[in-house]
Amino acid sequence: MFIDFYYRLKQEGVPVSLTEWMTLMDALARGFAFSSLSAFYFLARAILVKSETNFDRYDLVFSRYFKGIETPEDILAAALAWLKSEKPLPAAPPTPAALLAQYNVEELRKLLAERIEEQKKEAVKEKRGGPFWIGTGGTSPFGESGSGGGVRLGGESNSMSAVKVAAERRYLDLRDDSITGVRQFEMALRALRQLSTKNEAPMDELDLDGTIDATSRKAGMLNIVWKRPRRNRMKVILLMDTSGSMLKFAQISRRLFTAVNRTTHFKDLRFYYFYNCVYDRVYANANHTQPVNTEHLFKTLNPEYRLIITGDATMNEHELLRPGGTISWNENNELSGLDWLKRLAKMYPHAAWLNPVPAANWTHYETIPPIREVFPMFELTPAGLEKAIQKLKTR
Amino acid sequence: MTTKPGEYKGTGDYIASADLQNIVNVAVALGRPLLIKGEPGTGKTLLAKSIADSLGLQLIIWNIKSTTKAQEGLYVYDTVQRLYDSQFGGCDVADIKQYIKLGKLGEAFAADKPVVLLIDEIDKADLEFPNDLLWELDIMNFYIPETKETIAAQNRPIVIITSNAEKELPDAFLRRCIFHYIEFPDKAMMRQIIAVHHPDLDQILLGQALEMFYTLRALNDLQKRPSTSELLDWVQALALGGVKPDKIATAIPLLGVLIKKDQDFATVLDQLHQKGSGDKAPTPYGVHNR
Ligand SMILES: Nc1ncnc2c1ncn2[C@@H]1O[C@H](COP(=O)(O)OP(=O)(O)OP(=O)(O)O)[C@@H](O)[C@H]1O
Ligand SMILES: [Mg+2]
Repeated sequence: MFIDFYYRLKQEGVPVSLTEWMTLMDALARGFAFSSLSAFYFLARAILVKSETNFDRYDLVFSRYFKGIETPEDILAAALAWLKSEKPLPAAPPTPAALLAQYNVEELRKLLAERIEEQKKEAVKEKRGGPFWIGTGGTSPFGESGSGGGVRLGGESNSMSAVKVAAERRYLDLRDDSITGVRQFEMALRALRQLSTKNEAPMDELDLDGTIDATSRKAGMLNIVWKRPRRNRMKVILLMDTSGSMLKFAQISRRLFTAVNRTTHFKDLRFYYFYNCVYDRVYANANHTQPVNTEHLFKTLNPEYRLIITGDATMNEHELLRPGGTISWNENNELSGLDWLKRLAKMYPHAAWLNPVPAANWTHYETIPPIREVFPMFELTPAGLEKAIQKLKTR
Repeated sequence: MTTKPGEYKGTGDYIASADLQNIVNVAVALGRPLLIKGEPGTGKTLLAKSIADSLGLQLIIWNIKSTTKAQEGLYVYDTVQRLYDSQFGGCDVADIKQYIKLGKLGEAFAADKPVVLLIDEIDKADLEFPNDLLWELDIMNFYIPETKETIAAQNRPIVIITSNAEKELPDAFLRRCIFHYIEFPDKAMMRQIIAVHHPDLDQILLGQALEMFYTLRALNDLQKRPSTSELLDWVQALALGGVKPDKIATAIPLLGVLIKKDQDFATVLDQLHQKGSGDKAPTPYGVHNR
């Protein structure tokens, strides 16, 4: 069954909807896809998959599902068969009834049948045997030619190449598996920009409510009131632990903040890394080859910066409490880790520590309670993040 | 009656891959907005211009900022002007029509020929912004209560929407769109793109520059990988500066044109150094050595 393609996509985790599936049927019925199977590959992907992070899943399903299907008319036939079958629309929200009303299935059937007829005629006319496709020019937008770039698909012998290309899994790197609930995190982080109206921005935006208010108080004498626009003044330092399992969270945090920064535009956003605890130096990169003196941060980044630390705050007690406690072989701290943390907290009064260790377990580790006395600590969950943001907004 | 736009085939100043051309045509034919994603500098914004040029249509650009509201796209009611006029006279303030200014979406609907409407960087706006636009984009008209007028599109505009972020857009919105992800160009395509902008470049120089450019892009840990725009600037600067091709592999002249962030600058020098690509590589700059 053709509809299995849809279900397999869903199973693989592509959030495809029936609306989109019907749009694809619509496109097929209008004859948009059939210069080759590879044209179908792109058409279906553009309609069904709305994020490059799901391209790999699509490829997986495509390469498995279309393995046996070699010619595009097989797809048309399959689509028609599905539309003709007893229950073309599976019961799933949004309700089939609503969808049926939206798409004229009868019309789709008719059009698909016409397409198939057209293909046959075309093949006879061109005396082509074997697989044939319409629209190597003409009305189909999927021509065979075209220049440059991307995967080159299409062309006579390429009925299999779409499957092959899909099987290559070129989009593996774009997958987003490691991050869950990104949108939730974003919603929470977005709150950071509300800080923007506070102080420095010039008052150059009309305050309509204020104007009406002031004007009516002056008995109708126009009195225009200006306010500060919503400009983001937020400056953020993200300081990330990269020890052991924390590296994963560092990467997630960094990605999240980068993503949020694209939309909220912090005035400045800095990333630094540490291993277990902060001492004389932090690092500009995650593999710790570029040290930056912590003092240098103090000198160059003023207390207006919001400091967000991600880390599990778990380490050997010595590492936290003793001078010289760092486990990095090439360092030797004169101040203890805890003292460095205190200096950081003093320098950046707007600060929060995000900890992926569940809050219920915090008391099980010796080093978490002392650190919690220095920094307000929150779980690294969407809810915890939300609380942390609240905290960062107030001193 | 509606006029059907022709077929998009790319333009001389814009290199569009075959699949991109096809998807554009599908989106136009299905009357759906085309959502374009891709790394910075992959030609997302320029695509809309190329489509407009190729089809001979007017291009209307709506640049989205973090404060943009969906309503502004429809129309703005200039209450301030009206207030002024009511105070100081001059115009007939009862005629509200003169204080209604169509937004970009409104302009696109009101046009008497089909237009290309670019909604650039939609992800900059509030998370709900795309959803707020859905209805009008779907039914292609809106009502202005102030003047009791309905602005209805005579021709469905070709709507191109670009997004930069990894940030997710709302599902309801995505379901309505056709989606295309512009992949970062491979070397062959990049040569074509460069040829569009700098047709007379020395090919040996270009080859060396491309080699280095893709090496740099492959480095781990860059905050911002150099993009097409930076490469275009760089090759031009190299040519203007009369840099010898063989210099590129060893010294990376004018690296500052490609790499903008201090931290990245350090990363580049550091990692290339480690790879042993040059004992001649200058000492890392911007690193606070112990
Ligand atoms: N396919 C292409 N053909 C010709 N020039 C291109 C192409 N892609 C990119 N360029 C060049 O790169 C520059 C950047 O393109 P453009 O501004 O459209 O990218 P963008 O994807 O919108 O980037 P951003 O995400 O930064 O907005 C263009 O000015 C153009 O010079
Ligand atoms: Mg752009």
